[in-house]
Amino acid sequence: MSNRVLMKGNEVIAEAAVRAGCRHYFGYPITPQTEVMHYMAKRMPEVGGTMLQAESEVAAINMVYGASAAGARVMTTSSSPGISLKQEGFSYIAGAELPAVVVNVVRSGPGLGGILPAQGDYFQATKGGGHGDYRNIVLAPASIQELYELTVEAFNLADRYRMLALVLGDGALGQMMEPVAFRETEPIERVEKPWALTGRKGRAEHNTVQSIYIEADVMEAFNAKLQAKYADVTARETRVETVDCEGAEVILTAFGLTSRICRNVMHLAAKEGIKVGLVRPITLWPFPSQTYADIAAQPSVKAFLDIELNCGQMVEDVRLAVNGAKPVHFHGRTGGNLPTQQEILELVRQLAGRSAT
Amino acid sequence: MKPVFTRTTGLTDKPFHYCPGCTHGIIHRLIAEVMVEMGILDTTIGVSPVGCTYNNYEYFACDMVQAAHGRAPAVGTAIKRVHPDNMVFTYQGDGDLAAIGAAEIVHAAARGEKISTFFVNNAVYGMTSGQMAPTTLVGQVTTTSPFGRRPEFEGYPINVSEMIATLRGAVYVERVAVNDFAHISKAKKAIRKAFRVQQEGLGFSMVEILSTCPTNWGKDPVASLRWMEDAMFKQYPLGVYRGQELEV
Amino acid sequence: MPRVEFDEERCKGCGLCVSVCPQKIIALQKDKLNSKGFHPAGVVDMDRCTGCTMCATICPDVVITVYR
Repeated sequence: MSNRVLMKGNEVIAEAAVRAGCRHYFGYPITPQTEVMHYMAKRMPEVGGTMLQAESEVAAINMVYGASAAGARVMTTSSSPGISLKQEGFSYIAGAELPAVVVNVVRSGPGLGGILPAQGDYFQATKGGGHGDYRNIVLAPASIQELYELTVEAFNLADRYRMLALVLGDGALGQMMEPVAFRETEPIERVEKPWALTGRKGRAEHNTVQSIYIEADVMEAFNAKLQAKYADVTARETRVETVDCEGAEVILTAFGLTSRICRNVMHLAAKEGIKVGLVRPITLWPFPSQTYADIAAQPSVKAFLDIELNCGQMVEDVRLAVNGAKPVHFHGRTGGNLPTQQEILELVRQLAGRSAT
Repeated sequence: MKPVFTRTTGLTDKPFHYCPGCTHGIIHRLIAEVMVEMGILDTTIGVSPVGCTYNNYEYFACDMVQAAHGRAPAVGTAIKRVHPDNMVFTYQGDGDLAAIGAAEIVHAAARGEKISTFFVNNAVYGMTSGQMAPTTLVGQVTTTSPFGRRPEFEGYPINVSEMIATLRGAVYVERVAVNDFAHISKAKKAIRKAFRVQQEGLGFSMVEILSTCPTNWGKDPVASLRWMEDAMFKQYPLGVYRGQELEV
Repeated sequence: MPRVEFDEERCKGCGLCVSVCPQKIIALQKDKLNSKGFHPAGVVDMDRCTGCTMCATICPDVVITVYR
């Protein structure tokens, strides 16, 4: 049983968070994601929650830090330049092992860049713009339906692992409308938070939340603990969609909305007798490296072609995963431009060894 | 014969790491005593800054969180929004609050966040070894103003209490000092009033506390107290800047 | 008889208590070092202590207990 409604991506992000039990949202206006705030401003009072417009992106992420330390499910959303400002907070959230959800509706950069869709924040999202050895879980939805489901899931993952879960949307995803089917009840995992700041209220010891480890051995032990957690997340939570890779000659790979262009190219190529597969990472961190390695080992595969709305970011991880077993090619567009099916198809033909028609 | 002055249970047993004669310890004790006397130790959540008191979460016996440099008012804002029935305070130095965190304190005050900020002004960066602070006095020698603060080059000190008091959301703002018995007693009253203002839900409250830094001032602890009186009191007059009329 | 107790191990020998004592009966113990390497403060003539708490009030390390 579900109701399909036509909704804008940014509003779906907000509604998904509310349905996931998020009652505290802190944000700062930036195109193209500000509708999340607009929606929250009306929706949060309906559910007894708080939408607070912060004085900056920096303040907003530190409000997330505070609310999370206090035990709440909390979210902030922004777009690329705003996410850059939040990196300090990301690092502290990792260092204090706090759960938090952040959505980046990516626009083009660097600098003030443009407000049109892009995927230029892959490095920032997966390699971290903040200081120190930390990771964030990064989820990359390819449809409004998936944007909804992954936003809900981000809250569960954040609580389960006491980590920041980042939903990385393509710029267009926030702005476009698609039907979304909301579940009657959300699969909310309730996690005990005995570490949270509530006031002692009779507790024998005071709780403290901090990210300072002054002693070398203590700092190293904490980093080892984080790395063990990240290994656990990698083992349990790596998510990837593969389509028709069995016996494929060329493997297209893309994340987010770009993967949908690739799907159309697969159909066009099939009409020409070229068998094309698709690998779409759903978690950008942890990255589905093993899937790439396994597919690269298939004799039928001649080459990988990575398509992104940037100058070549995820392709570095694809190359590390394929590890020289097969050539990995890249095609990207930026500034809000999208690769056309025809330009991708032409590259597929070349890689499959077919002459241009 | 009974004890008339004992170490408050608002502090943990951990010895302070501060330099000899640094008056942060007095301020810690006053806040801790007020929490115990008001019966709010069990409901208070404090926010530690970055700077010399980065780890005062180890000293206050209430729940504590350590914030990024300057961001304590943002962190405190959110905690109060999550737990409106709890008491929330931030403890911040002059670099933390008046330089890198200037935006956060102004907006928390402007929003009238129902939190209390204890702003410790010793006119210098302590932890990083004596650099010029926003509150460094004109002519004061620091490691980054070795010729003395020159207005034409380094600008003028910021009078934070006077500035915050212009904001409607800040309902109680007072500047106190911890240089002698009488002023320490007044400082404690101000801290209590700040918590009471919060308890009554009236709005943002801030107590600026003039403090010493013997190490970076290059003065012995007693001479530091005299310098505070002679030099800092002129630039930073003590008194209530907002909320004189409040009876709480 | 009023008296004061110093937790000498925590004392940093800053001398603020010495400077504020109205009876002038507190001094740093130059013949003594605590484990931190400081000369701790102590009372030289306890009989003259009035239990006024001025020393405890100024002590930044909260090492003084006052009985009266």
